[in-house]
Formats: sequence, structure tokens, C-alpha cells
Amino acid sequence: MRTRGKVKGLRQTEVLVIGGGPAGLSASLEAASLGCQVTLVDSDLALGGQLIKQTHKFFGSKDERAGTRGFKISEILLEELERYKDRVKVHMNCTATGFYREDGVVSCVIGEDEYFRIKPGKIVMATGAQERLLPFPNNHLPGVYGAGAVQTLMNVYGVAPGKRVLMVGAGNIGLIVSYQLMQAGVEIAGIVEAMDRVGGYWVHAAKVRRMGVPIYLRHTIKEALGDRVVAGAVIQEIDDRFQPVGKEIQIDVDIICMAVGLTPTCELLWQAGCEMVFVPQLCGHVAQRDLFMRTSHPDIWVAGDAAGIEEASAAMVEGRIAGVGVARSLGKDDSSEHSKRLEEYRRRLADLRGGEVGQKICQGLECCTVNEWGV
Amino acid sequence: MNEKERLFNSGVLVEPRKGAVEPPEDLWQNKKNGLVIIECPQRIPCNPCHTSCPTGAVKPFKDINDQPEIDYEKCTGCARCVAVCPGLACFVVDLTWGDEDNALMKLPYEMLPVPEEGKTVDCLNRVGESISRGKVVKVLEPMHDRTIVVHVEVPRSKVMEIRTIRVVK
Repeated sequence: MRTRGKVKGLRQTEVLVIGGGPAGLSASLEAASLGCQVTLVDSDLALGGQLIKQTHKFFGSKDERAGTRGFKISEILLEELERYKDRVKVHMNCTATGFYREDGVVSCVIGEDEYFRIKPGKIVMATGAQERLLPFPNNHLPGVYGAGAVQTLMNVYGVAPGKRVLMVGAGNIGLIVSYQLMQAGVEIAGIVEAMDRVGGYWVHAAKVRRMGVPIYLRHTIKEALGDRVVAGAVIQEIDDRFQPVGKEIQIDVDIICMAVGLTPTCELLWQAGCEMVFVPQLCGHVAQRDLFMRTSHPDIWVAGDAAGIEEASAAMVEGRIAGVGVARSLGKDDSSEHSKRLEEYRRRLADLRGGEVGQKICQGLECCTVNEWGV
Repeated sequence: MNEKERLFNSGVLVEPRKGAVEPPEDLWQNKKNGLVIIECPQRIPCNPCHTSCPTGAVKPFKDINDQPEIDYEKCTGCARCVAVCPGLACFVVDLTWGDEDNALMKLPYEMLPVPEEGKTVDCLNRVGESISRGKVVKVLEPMHDRTIVVHVEVPRSKVMEIRTIRVVK
């Protein structure tokens, strides 16, 4: 058999963190600060996950760096990581491709041709989320984007995706990306939202409304128009059962941007045989977890969007909790330090989830949280 | 869903409510440098308006999700919260500014181009309609974080409608 690329021997690490977004970075930092040797892998070319695209100021309290723009928060976490560089080994452009249940080995590929196997003592799965998309006629046309791609083009590469945009979805992502598009000089023709109110924070909606952007509540996109590329969109009002009613509205746009939600990335958790449960409030299948974010697999923790779709501020705290959980199970540092930190992080999470949007998250968490796994 | 609800549910304030109240009229009339108006009617986990307030005018939050409450006796119109609020939901209105037909608004602004002092701008209401012209008096960047606080002279009769500006090209 011809082998492409390099295959190396089995590597070892105390802790493997998969995903270098807000949750994975926080888990790595926390575990390292308690004395763990960490290997952090991320499939992107830069650490920070979605934070590096977030040009808006974050909500929350001082603890979550409220008032600081997302990409700045990423920079702060990376500075902190620099302090632990002797304990955290980072692999960029590195995808964890599989978990092998029989021996607990994780396979990874760097780029397209360097393959390695690693045997971690403990794993934190911080694999984030994937965008959902909507089916509608002509949604294959160039010019139909997911909001994540639009943000990457705009805020990472400095490329405006088009001139005039229809945003589909008025959750926080749809509202924030609309605002950022306007900052980049792109016109927003309108935002359609299937529900009878915006799903994101009211203040984010107010920001775009006062700049003249219409938000069509109880509307959906019916089809994209255009021959070779998007030249317009048809939207229509929907009733209580999401059936189209009323007259169709045609809107001239060259971009249709979908911000209709995310779903947890959980393939590796399935592969590992973690107990999974479908929780609509958390936007998909998630792993059952205890209060330390440990899954039913004794060596696997989960944090961030992979554990249920939520704000980055909550992902960072969950990552910290998972980091403490991992260190505790490895017998690192003293347990009074663990307890002190856990108490603090749990208080912060409870604060973050105390609002209108947080209620839904709490309902969801009740369906997938156990106090502690039986030993 | 009536028209008022539809507007509110899409991010437009239609009447005062908890977390979005008007300052007391008698105090406001003669308060040099103005008083803050905060339009933050939804419970969300956020408190920089309180933690950044140098005089304690934005009262302490029992729960970080509470809507802001203001002790107007303490507000000095300094506009620190205008610069800090991640939701761009704070606005200062100084009714003592200029002659009796004018007022000064201190508004958050994050668009390009940056407004220039002395220039005329469009004043927009909560749904983006241009309802008057205003004159840019001062352009500040208090936190050095690209959020501008623009001081704009506007018609006094429109201060409860104007919520942002647009640079006239």
C-alpha cells in the first residue's frame, strides 16, 4: 500500500483539548494553571475560534470582560497562554479526525499530509458548532452564505461579500452580523425572522433598527432569485404553523446571509460512546454531563458550544470548569483550590444564565445534567 | 400582535417601560451637562453601565440580569456609560444647551465615516427616519476603543425621538 504523508509513532499527553475557541482556550489555561501538561489542537490557522471575528463589544460583567470586543478577548486569552507555553503544546491547522474507543487513542491530521496518533490521559472536547442552513429554491446560487462565512470574509480577510444583503434570522448572530456589515459599508435590505420577536438581544435589534433596517417578523425566505448568481430574494409572511400566507415581497439583493442557528459539533463524542441526548433548547444532540462538565465517558469532558449552543461568555466559563474537572481527576494541586474556583465559576454561569435568553438554556441543561457520575 | 407589539418586538421602543424610562422633567430642565436616558428593557446579563458609572447614578444590580435603574439626582451627564455600553443603549440629553429651541445629545457612534466637528448631520429616529438636521459639536473617543461619543446640537422638541445620526455625504 502506498502511504501518503508522514505517519509518526504514538504520542502521549496528560490532557488533550480539541478546539481552540473560547471554551478550549479557557480549558487549556485552567488545566495548565493547575499544573497539567496540555496538548491543544485546532483545525484553523489561528487560535480563538469565532472570537477572532467578533468586532462587537461583549456583554456580561467585568469577569467576562464585558465592554471588550470579542477579538480583543481572544488576544487576552492568547497572552495568558503565552505564560503557560512550557505546559501547553499547540498544534494549529490540526484536525482531530477520530477517537478509538478500544485504546482511547485520538488520530489527528496537520494540514493534509502529517498524521499522528495521540494517547491522552484526559480529553476536553471543545469542538464548537456548525451552522444550520435552510432549504429553499435556488439556495445553491453563489451569493447565498452562512453568517459565519460572511464574518470570516469581512472581519478576518477584510473582504466585503457584496453590496446589498438580506439577512435571514434575527438571533444575536443575524443582528450582530447585520450591524457589522453596515460598519463595512454594506447595505442591509432587511432581516427576516420566523418568530414574532427577535431572538437576539433587544438592544442589538434597536441598533440596526435606528439605522433604518426593517425587521420582518413572522416572515421567511421563499426563494432566491437569479440565473448564475443571487440577484434577489422573495420573502413571505408565515402563520402560526409556519405556513406561508399573504403576498410575496421581492427584494433586490446580491447576498442572502443565513443566520438561522447553530448545532453542536459532536461527532467525536458519538465515536467515544458518550451518552447523548437531543435537547432542542441546546440546539441539537449533546453529551450528558455532570457539574464538572464530565461526560459519561470517565476520561472525556465537554465545554462550549459542543455542550449546547450558548454565548461565548458562557463557553469560557464552561471551559474553566472543565479545566478544573480534568486537573481534579488527575490529582493536580489541592482540592481546596479546585473547590474555590468551581464555586466562583458556577456562580458566574448562574449569573450569565439568569436573563430572558438564559431561561431556555437552563431548561435545556436540566435535560442533560447529572449531579455526579456513579464511580 | 398589534402594531405597537410588533414594533417593540423588532427592537423599537414605543413607550417608557422598566429599563427604559424618561428623566424627571423638573430636574432635567436645569441640569447642566444633561441626564442619561437608558433604553435597555430586556433582562440580559450585562452591567457595565453600573460598573463604569463614576457617581453611582446607575444603581447597583442585585442580579446582573436586572434592567438598569437610575438615581437621577446623581447623574452628571458625563456620558461614560454612553461610551461603554455594549448595546449602544445609553444617550445623554442636555436641555440647558444653547438657546431655548436647542438641546445637546451625546450619542454612541460606531460607523464610518467618523463625523466631523462643525458639520451638519441627519438625525434619525428609532426606525431610521431622518427627522431633522443637527450640528456636530464635539467628537470624542473616551475609551480609545473605536466607539465614538458624538455631541450633536439638535432641535429640543425632538430629543425623545432622535437616537442616532447619519453623516451627510
